[in-house]
Amino acid sequence: MSTATDTPAGRGADAPRTPSADGPRDRTPHLGEHSKAEAWRRRLPLMPAFLFVVICTQIPFLLTIWYSLRSRNLLRPEGEQFVGLRNYLDIFVDSTFRTAALNSILFTLGCVVVSLLLGLGLALLLDRKFFGRGFIRTLLITPFLIMPVAGAMLWSISMFDPTYGLVNWLIGTVGISPVDWTSQFPMVSIIIALVWQWTPFMMLLLLAGLQSQTGDVLEAASMDGAGPGKTFLHITLPHLRFYLELSVLLGAIYVVNTFDQIYLMTAGGPGTASANLPFYIYQRAFLGFDIGQSAAMGVITVIATIVIATFALRLIFTGINSKEQS
Amino acid sequence: MSATTADAPRTPVGARPAAPPAQRRRPKGRLSRHLLTVLAWAAGLIFFAPVAWMVLTSFKQESQAASNPPTFFFTPTLEQYASIIGTSGAGSYLLNSVIATVASTLLVLVLAVPAAYAVSIRPIKRTQDVLFFFISTKMLPVVAVIMPIYVIAGQLRILDNILTLIVLYTAMNLPIAVWMMRSFFLEVPGEVLEAASIDGASLMRTMRTVLLPMVAPGVAATALICVIFAWNEFFFALNLTAANAATVPIFLMSTMTSEGLFLARLSAASVLASLPVVLAGWIAQKQLVRGLSMGAVK
Repeated sequence: MSTATDTPAGRGADAPRTPSADGPRDRTPHLGEHSKAEAWRRRLPLMPAFLFVVICTQIPFLLTIWYSLRSRNLLRPEGEQFVGLRNYLDIFVDSTFRTAALNSILFTLGCVVVSLLLGLGLALLLDRKFFGRGFIRTLLITPFLIMPVAGAMLWSISMFDPTYGLVNWLIGTVGISPVDWTSQFPMVSIIIALVWQWTPFMMLLLLAGLQSQTGDVLEAASMDGAGPGKTFLHITLPHLRFYLELSVLLGAIYVVNTFDQIYLMTAGGPGTASANLPFYIYQRAFLGFDIGQSAAMGVITVIATIVIATFALRLIFTGINSKEQS
Repeated sequence: MSATTADAPRTPVGARPAAPPAQRRRPKGRLSRHLLTVLAWAAGLIFFAPVAWMVLTSFKQESQAASNPPTFFFTPTLEQYASIIGTSGAGSYLLNSVIATVASTLLVLVLAVPAAYAVSIRPIKRTQDVLFFFISTKMLPVVAVIMPIYVIAGQLRILDNILTLIVLYTAMNLPIAVWMMRSFFLEVPGEVLEAASIDGASLMRTMRTVLLPMVAPGVAATALICVIFAWNEFFFALNLTAANAATVPIFLMSTMTSEGLFLARLSAASVLASLPVVLAGWIAQKQLVRGLSMGAVK
């Protein structure tokens, strides 16, 4: 090793350091006068990625806030002016916005809860040796890998079409008359397509959780005469808690921003019955060219997301950290 | 919250006995075991059925594809695939998708690996905050920033330019990649990480010769996740591209809307569009789990 090329700051700061396993908790309080340079040197590799993300996400968002305070319509560029909070006030009397907000919650809750339960069931089924297990696992993860645009069109046309859709043919064999799924039950149709896509995601995470369980704990439980039900409730479920939380949070992050399925299956319709916030904001921006309004909605969505997510993030963050240290 | 999750025992997946012995011992277990196997097969086939139907439809004639009752038996034809591949411009959609996916994935790796290294080696408080910031950007609804991005791209004259998609896909995947790579760096023995950091000036060399080979599986897993998300991305492509930079998902959509409905043709296009990611995911199932959980689940 060539000490000659080392910066003095780097050398000096190294003295009190001892390699230890609990690094993440070490706040390095005694780095001395070189600590600042040392801290910067350590942070340097982080900077390109950090700046990249800041530029790509924070600057556009600041602009969104700026737009939200102005009346701006791309079709009438000359009419731009500062309107203060008027865009925000308009949103509060916009009933479609409320519907879209409610739909966002319904989509997210519906999809996450159902796919979590299905995913848990599938993970339990796959957490044992049986003939063709790898094959079945491969089949089960496929819906998640299918391009969402393809998946959305597969459901809205091949599955849900009123005249030649597979679903209507299936329910027809037990005597139920055909249903125009995407216009009569737009929310349910979209949630079914979403659940189909996200169940494999939940299953994979929960299966990994089940397989990280130690065999001897389960064996001990069975020695003590605990039935499979009791074992699941008192041993498996508490063990899975971290994995369940993780699945819900990550699933919710992705599902709350659902756009593809809504755009392609119902276009938010009929009317605006199945529009969620991302879709409604998109409509106002790119079809109505109403920049001010859509920007204000974007800001409100972000604030709402931050409020909900901050709580959720702390949870996941402490969860991951404590797992790493255990 | 953290107290309960902390005592969860963590063992390498491989160290676990193949099946819970609890189920083996039960005398009446045999029948229920067979029942569970049947159930698992049924579930797998049901979930796969729509995909199977899509593949089946892609080999039909149009009249067979849109029939009621559905056609199950037919002479397969490659007509639809030939028609899709022969579509004028299909190659440029494909090329755009490949460029956007590969370039953004490479850029993500170049940025994420050093960043993940910086937050793994005895992180100071600030770097933990940055980690937190990264993940929080994934919660930012994309739709809230699409308008400014559209306006900025318009002023920079990079609307309908593949460069725009490369930059945005990089920003989209970078936070996930940093978290993932961090989880792989944390598995590297602390002494190795320390040694690399002490020898500051030759950090790049140490990284290349010592660290990168150790986290190579992590790099592969991260790349897989980036490829999946970039390849399948629709929203940015829909709003920021037109004739020049449009990607495969846009092509797929256009096969439905522009020429009326040709279900068999659409199915063939769907199969072709999904194939790369499906194959990659099938092959790398283990990496998939870790990637989807941003490295939190091994």
